[in-house]
Amino acid sequence: MRTSQPVKIVSTVVMGAIGVLFLLPFLWMLSASMKPELDVFTYPIQWIPKTWHAVENYKMVWAGDFPFAHYYWNSIKVTVLTTAISIMVSSMAAYGFSKVRFKGREAWFLLVLVTFMVPSQAILVPQFLLYRWLGLFDNHAGLILLNCFSVIGTFLLRQFFLGIHNDYIESARIDGAGHFRIFTGIAVPLVRPAIATYAILRFIWTWNDYQNPLIFLRSESLFTLQLGIRKFADVNGEFYSLIMAAAVSAIVPLLLIFIIGQKNVIEGISMGGVKG
Amino acid sequence: MVTQKRWLETVSGYIFIGPLLIGIMVLTVIPMMAGILLSLVNWNFVSGLSQMKFVGLQNFVTLFHDDVFLKSFGNNIVLLAVVPVTMLLSLLLAVILNNKVYWKDVFKVIYFMPYISSVVAVAAVWQVLLHPSYGPVNHFLQSIGVQNVPKWLADTHYSLVSVMMIMVWMQIGFNLIIYIAALQNIPRDLYEAADIDGAGVWHKFRNVTLPMLSPTSFFLLVTGIIGTFKVFDLIAVLTGGGPANSTSVIVYDLYQTAFIHLKTGYASAMAVFLLIFVLFLTFLQWAGQKKWVNY
Repeated sequence: MRTSQPVKIVSTVVMGAIGVLFLLPFLWMLSASMKPELDVFTYPIQWIPKTWHAVENYKMVWAGDFPFAHYYWNSIKVTVLTTAISIMVSSMAAYGFSKVRFKGREAWFLLVLVTFMVPSQAILVPQFLLYRWLGLFDNHAGLILLNCFSVIGTFLLRQFFLGIHNDYIESARIDGAGHFRIFTGIAVPLVRPAIATYAILRFIWTWNDYQNPLIFLRSESLFTLQLGIRKFADVNGEFYSLIMAAAVSAIVPLLLIFIIGQKNVIEGISMGGVKG
Repeated sequence: MVTQKRWLETVSGYIFIGPLLIGIMVLTVIPMMAGILLSLVNWNFVSGLSQMKFVGLQNFVTLFHDDVFLKSFGNNIVLLAVVPVTMLLSLLLAVILNNKVYWKDVFKVIYFMPYISSVVAVAAVWQVLLHPSYGPVNHFLQSIGVQNVPKWLADTHYSLVSVMMIMVWMQIGFNLIIYIAALQNIPRDLYEAADIDGAGVWHKFRNVTLPMLSPTSFFLLVTGIIGTFKVFDLIAVLTGGGPANSTSVIVYDLYQTAFIHLKTGYASAMAVFLLIFVLFLTFLQWAGQKKWVNY
């Protein structure tokens, strides 16, 4: 199916136009974050601010009375730890479910898959009670634990472990290597791109999570960024330029991570979804 | 010797899957069972275990006479429309993007951006963009001569549709990427064979592309439908279920019942209903897939 050049140019223009529509909310956000409040709602929209107010706005958000930087730090802490632990748990389980042969493996795997269908909200209330009872309520350790046992991560990594030829494993077994050595020495290095994919996704999901911090944290000093932005919006009700500056600050790290790992993420999701 | 080896294999298997299994048992399976029990009582968790009263299926009976819950359930059903719309648009974009476009990778990143952005940030922007009196969207509509501009999120007739548009916008990137990958997996010779038979563009799409994509469509349909029942963050931040419950969904009603009104037992009944309904829909799709999915 060769496509002629004019057709290609036309479809690029069409896709570009739709793409701009997709980006408009982000461009508006960015532009509003760099204007004085009075210019935010002028119409026609000043996409490029007439009066620049970027430094003042971002300074107000980051160094004002509101502990924005503190919430940012909380989010970094929770997200990095969740991602690290979750990768360990999921890659171990994925290896166990694909490369170790033992009785009951398929049954356990089925159980794990079934729990994927359970909407997290359907178990929120008993989880909350359990957390209060175990003393995990209102602390970061509890919040981190909530996202550490990921079915989707295990499923994704298992798809990739299945792709490793069993001969690799068998010959290492014959050489006397145990499963743990094969796991760390052979299997994990071979699926490194998939682990990167999952790490990026888990980072994004945890960073953006609003529901779990809302339910499982009470003390304001423990708030993560998403709760922080909400509170910030409540406090600064009508100051949309500041709210947009906060929103931009929350999205930038994700965008950087995503652009750096773009190839990995897109391939990883495709593999997990298509071959699944 | 052999039995010892097999035993060792079993032990290492459980060591590898152990952490995940324990986590899922403690954080998902046990709460699920506890939730079923809690749905049979009248209780609020602040008042202590002694106040717990067994009421049998009473909570479920109340549920079906609860206007807010029924409205939320109805809204969930309407939200289902988001899934096919998203899939259709994503498929269309994927077919164009697949081979007839320059800078493909740039477009993939652009369309994926709403998916990676935080709901809280995105909701803040849309609240402003769709603001009834000074939002840019209505400014624009007025400038091109639209007389009665809708009030979007503030209008009971438009609020749910507004939420749905934002959901489509957020989900297209994910669907698109999966469709592109699936398109690339279709063997070329199928199209060549169709060419020899003199098939036109539409014919090829209908008889080659669509059937070859059906497992992917099935995957997106199943996960998408489960996803519409999980949409809490967007509703909580964007509309808080309002105005007048016009955008409330089961999970949001559940949250309010459990954590604002502190009706633990009643909220658990909602959770059980949600669980059963999602499992039922998933089962329906599994049963129905034979009719249209080709493996």
